[in-house]
Amino acid sequence: MFDLFQYSFIIRGFEAGIIVALIAPIIGIFLVLRRYSLIADTLSHVSLAGVAIGLLLRLNPLVTAIITSVASSVAIERLRLSKKVYGESALAIFLSGSLAVAIVLISLSHGFNVDIFNYLFGSILTVKQSDVWLIAVLGVAVLLAVVSCYKELVYITFDEESAQVSGVPTKALNLLLIALAALTVSVAIPIVGVLLIAALIVIPVVAALQLKQSFRRTIIIAECISVFSVIVGIIASFYLNTSSGGTIVLISLLIFLVLFAFKNPRG
Amino acid sequence: MHTIDHTISIIELDKVSYTFGGAEYAVKDVSFNIHRGDYLGVIGPNGGGKTTLVKLMLGLLQPSKGSIKLFGQDIRSFRDWYKIGYVPQKTTLFDANFPVTVEEVVSMGTYAKRGLFHFTTVEDRKKVHDALVQVEMLQYKKRLIGDLSGGQQQRVFIARALAAEPEVIFLDEPTVGVDTATQEQFYLLLRKLNRKLDLTLVLVLHELDVVAREATEIVCINSNLVSYCTPEELIKTGGIEKLYGKELRYILHDHGSISR
Repeated sequence: MFDLFQYSFIIRGFEAGIIVALIAPIIGIFLVLRRYSLIADTLSHVSLAGVAIGLLLRLNPLVTAIITSVASSVAIERLRLSKKVYGESALAIFLSGSLAVAIVLISLSHGFNVDIFNYLFGSILTVKQSDVWLIAVLGVAVLLAVVSCYKELVYITFDEESAQVSGVPTKALNLLLIALAALTVSVAIPIVGVLLIAALIVIPVVAALQLKQSFRRTIIIAECISVFSVIVGIIASFYLNTSSGGTIVLISLLIFLVLFAFKNPRG
Repeated sequence: MHTIDHTISIIELDKVSYTFGGAEYAVKDVSFNIHRGDYLGVIGPNGGGKTTLVKLMLGLLQPSKGSIKLFGQDIRSFRDWYKIGYVPQKTTLFDANFPVTVEEVVSMGTYAKRGLFHFTTVEDRKKVHDALVQVEMLQYKKRLIGDLSGGQQQRVFIARALAAEPEVIFLDEPTVGVDTATQEQFYLLLRKLNRKLDLTLVLVLHELDVVAREATEIVCINSNLVSYCTPEELIKTGGIEKLYGKELRYILHDHGSISR
């Protein structure tokens, strides 16, 4: 049964996957509750442009994806705050704009040697040992940042105006949150791929929310759903010879559907 | 009766004006002081600048002209925000499915004093406990906020403000959508906090009769300051008629009679 562990790429996939599974919901809960889920999708498309830049310049695509998405996250937040464009349209501009950049770069180089399909849908085969280290370091950084600002993040998510009155630095924390989302999205690319990252950030949280628990418990439940989906997803994708990203997302979706049906029996 | 030194000003407004950008002022040339232990009612017609005035005093908006001092300090350099509690309008507050317990909401009140990168302490937990006892909501501490009635939710938000151990609490239309009986209990609680704990309260309200009955001082605002006086003086001088003009009959019809 566990013959899959003799493959080092599977081990690397598990290592990177579990780190991503741990940080995705912890960022996701704040995005979902602030009605900002679409930002994850936007940042993932921005990351694809970053990947394309990396492949074109023969740099590590993961590194260029991280730089591009974090820089764009700051720009998105500033554009949103400036109120010169509507919040949602700022996201749409970045989403389609970066996709256009990615496609142009890919066609300029007459297609890359590396299969772009792996970056779109995720393939643990693309995870190198150096990537695992990078994902681990950034994962710990995201986790530490959220833990140290946890109570303030909960406060601004629940009631931003009162938090501001209490002296909580809301602007700085909003910027931090979106930058952390950008980091999370980029490090998740090798596991679930650009097109499915948003699902991993959003679905475990929405599934956990069905159970109507406290904030803390909702995070813990979302973490369990996320880690379970990643582990089972990687194992299943190995035996079924399917895309790891797609399989992981389908499993979390299944958990969501079960919880949703259980909690809303009459629909 | 409470014996508070009403001479100590904790909030001072000096010729404060605010415009949203156009030529028209939402708040114009308003000056008055709030003293320690005051129970100040802020009244005025819709669009008269009540909420803008409160947002200016809370530092959420910057005055276009004039100055505001909080506890003797210019508002721009004021840092002790924990001294100021805020209970926002209930209806605009949150979504009922938000996964947060009563205890978690009240804990938020302790964050301001603690600052970033600090974890909740035993002392904070005691403050949360005491605040919940104060508003008689301790038995609900594990319940989700969305599962409570409007009146109970409002008590929880008072507890959140109390957990910060503030010196003044601002309440902006706190009883919108709450039934009359629950409102009475709510105002009883506010009176207790003001009289027994010497807590300064600033209450923005539509219901003139409630303000006239509860507050010790009243500010009437219709972009500029119409009057600043006690409830008795307001009625004697006909300040209400001056403020609302033809609207008065409608208000009386809508909110019952004004106690005289």
